[in-house]
Amino acid sequence: MSTLVIAEHDNSSLKPATLNAVAAAQAMGAEIAILVAGANCAAVGEQAAAVAGVSRVLVADNPAYEHQLAENVSLLIAEVAAGFDNIVAPATSNCKNTMPRVAALLDVSQISEILSVESADTFTRPIYAGNVIATVQSTDAKKVITVRATAFDAVAAEGGSATIEAVPAVHDSGLSTFISEEVAVSDRPELTAAPVVVSGGRGMQNGENFKLLEGIADKLGAAIGASRAAVDAGFVPNDMQVGQTGKIVAPDLYIAVGISGAIQHLAGMKDSKVIVAINKDEDAPIFQVADYGLVADLFEALPELEAKL
Amino acid sequence: MKVLVAVKRVVDYNVKVRAKGDGTDVDLNNVKMAINPFCEIAVEEAVRLKEAGVATEVIAVSVGAKPCQEQIRTALALGADRGIHVEAEGRLEPLVIAKLLKGVVDKEEPQLVILGKQSIDGDNNQTGQMLGALANMPQGTFASEIKVEGDKLNVIREVDGGLQTLSLSLPAIVTTDLRLNEPRYASLPNIMKAKKKQLDVYTPEDLGVSVTSHVSQLKVEPPAERKAGIKVEDVAQLVDKLKNEAKVIS
Repeated sequence: MSTLVIAEHDNSSLKPATLNAVAAAQAMGAEIAILVAGANCAAVGEQAAAVAGVSRVLVADNPAYEHQLAENVSLLIAEVAAGFDNIVAPATSNCKNTMPRVAALLDVSQISEILSVESADTFTRPIYAGNVIATVQSTDAKKVITVRATAFDAVAAEGGSATIEAVPAVHDSGLSTFISEEVAVSDRPELTAAPVVVSGGRGMQNGENFKLLEGIADKLGAAIGASRAAVDAGFVPNDMQVGQTGKIVAPDLYIAVGISGAIQHLAGMKDSKVIVAINKDEDAPIFQVADYGLVADLFEALPELEAKL
Repeated sequence: MKVLVAVKRVVDYNVKVRAKGDGTDVDLNNVKMAINPFCEIAVEEAVRLKEAGVATEVIAVSVGAKPCQEQIRTALALGADRGIHVEAEGRLEPLVIAKLLKGVVDKEEPQLVILGKQSIDGDNNQTGQMLGALANMPQGTFASEIKVEGDKLNVIREVDGGLQTLSLSLPAIVTTDLRLNEPRYASLPNIMKAKKKQLDVYTPEDLGVSVTSHVSQLKVEPPAERKAGIKVEDVAQLVDKLKNEAKVIS
């Protein structure tokens, strides 16, 4: 058995979610290779080769793959997949975009966002916003799988010594063109990888008030998130959204401020180790999952919390 | 141009779904059903394209058992011109749905297919991308803005780090994210009118697709429950607990 793991990267560095996907691949008990598809991405190939437990790294370095266009990358992965039993990728926005195309090209089903590997063909995954966990069995000879990164402990980024091979295949479908990208620049850790997340909800009242979270986030080395209600109200951009349709996080500490706790939000954060809720409504459902609940006006509690940290 | 929009019948998003006691499936008895929220956004976008004079016809398609005609009627009440129901029973995997939609695409030859990015029951997030591969069309997934410019479609996409803009050749696939638009409510006169709109029914055999399952669901169970913790009196106690009990801050 052999497993191909798709690397998540930005052409210069390997993203941590890849290490969680490798952990899932290890649980499948197969020999592991990583595919790095990108442009001028040799550095990523070297980082991938250092990942513990990986035997081969395949690098497809071509301008056609620079922006991870699904049309091109899926053709590449489907070709490289010929030599593997499992194709595994972290459930990042890139891989969610590309992998179903790969599965369709291979005429197999995809198993999305697995939480555990029960056996070579059996996995668990969340359905209905995580209110139900399904155990599913695949009959496909070749399996295409995405991995919920928070459900698998990352393997070590160092210690491996995989061979690096170039993949010369060039697939440029000509169907899509990259125009531009607006990426939020922040000194804070990435939301999905941060050890602490401080999130604001509708109770923040406006975008300006999110500044109240910044001081706390700075002191805790935290990322800042938001509920869908706060995003819909236009307080903050959508890439901060935590929930069923946003980002899935599982930090050591999650502080929910002015968030009522709709099931769609809980789906994105209820696997956090410790949850703190600050809300003035003592009946808010968020308190049902919080380890520590503080019923208080957030506009009084936040400055006090920042001062005491 | 012709726009095809896919809609799925799902449990209403306000319903908290539970696993049955015997673990065989989720309990959907007497549960309110609705159009998947992302599909509703897809319908709205298609109707807006028609109102803007970009789309000439909007066709709503749904794959599933007979009752999903209710959701097609909802789409027709929201402004779609006619409906197509692909009648198929049982648990349908995204790959099968994508193949059936490909059959409809071959018949109708739309320039644009708009789907929701995921359905809130299976949470798979696959069908649009699979249809893209099967129909060899480009895709703009997780779209927060789309604009037709000549024979191209510009799509702004929600990605992990922010926003990405792509230019796609037409025909193309779009899957909707939450911020693409805010769907309207169907008015009573439009609900009445929708009952008279054309609705064609196909079987998988009509479309030359065999409905085979690649994945079986062995069991369903509730997730590990999180117990509610304690209420703290004030900020000082909260900080103390986090430092000395949970030991998550220093």
